[in-house]
Amino acid sequence: MQVDTTDVLCPITFVRIKVALDEMETGQMLTARINSGEPLKNLPRSAEEEGHKVLGITQNADGTYNLQIEKCG
Amino acid sequence: MTFTNQQMERYSRHIILKEIGVKGQQQLLRAKVLIIGAGGLGSPAALYLAAAGVGTIGIADADIVDLSNLQRQIIHSTADIGKPKVASAKEAMQAINPDINIITHHGFVAAANINETIAPYDFIIEGTDNFPAKFLINDACVLAAKPFSHGGILRFAGQLLTYVPGQGPCYRCIFTAPPPPDAVPSCSEAGVIGMMPGIIGSLQAMEAVKFITGQGQLLTGNMLTYDALATSFRKVRLHQQENCAVCGNEPSITTPFDYEAVSCDI
Repeated sequence: MQVDTTDVLCPITFVRIKVALDEMETGQMLTARINSGEPLKNLPRSAEEEGHKVLGITQNADGTYNLQIEKCG
Repeated sequence: MTFTNQQMERYSRHIILKEIGVKGQQQLLRAKVLIIGAGGLGSPAALYLAAAGVGTIGIADADIVDLSNLQRQIIHSTADIGKPKVASAKEAMQAINPDINIITHHGFVAAANINETIAPYDFIIEGTDNFPAKFLINDACVLAAKPFSHGGILRFAGQLLTYVPGQGPCYRCIFTAPPPPDAVPSCSEAGVIGMMPGIIGSLQAMEAVKFITGQGQLLTGNMLTYDALATSFRKVRLHQQENCAVCGNEPSITTPFDYEAVSCDI
């Protein structure tokens, strides 16, 4: 599953990720497209605080990042 | 139920909360709450529950907006004077949140209509200004096994109580029956500081949200009192009365009934 958060600011970025994860089954992967700066700093930590697993962060050609999250719990 | 981007933004501060989250917001959107009284207590309760996205909100009141209401009944505006309070309240709620369904009940609640009025709702907020209505709503909610929040205010004091079937006392366990007419404050004693219903009505809305989402501990089994002059809250533990006329072991009240209205409005 994929979610794009690059058109909104924190904390709406995290709300989009949280809603997307809620619709998924445990063990499924979510790829969230996120901006650098505050989202890149905060979103991986927020996902982990909610009990999910951050599998990796990769940079895209346009300067955004892909945050890979495994849904836990 | 999936959220639109607008809903995600509108309810973002709820969805972020671990205690509410996606599930809690969906529960709120599916919930049905009835507010009886579009006055001082009902004003903040109705505004906050509308803003919170409680999906169906009923609001019951027989009165029209009067200039003397506006010192504390913040859901109504000067331009609303002369309008039914339920119509004025609905406009204000819809303006905050067009996402929800608001049902108006223009009229007094009475023994003849209370059962059908409360039947569709999950939780009732009692924000009335007189003892006959408070006892009627208590009895009807107990008999129909509906949870409700009682709120009361006078001068610089306020109180609230949450009733959930089987989880503690009802209003009649504590107060038994309306006070005699001469014990009720006369008109000159019946002032109320404007912020008092704002505080108590907001606490009632909070109880409704906690009930709907199943979070935290409700006020069941306690009366919360607020003394504004002393700036003090007190939570008083209270027990269900086995001999309560409506929720006791051998209830004598088995159907809602009307007391005669007395005294002047607060």
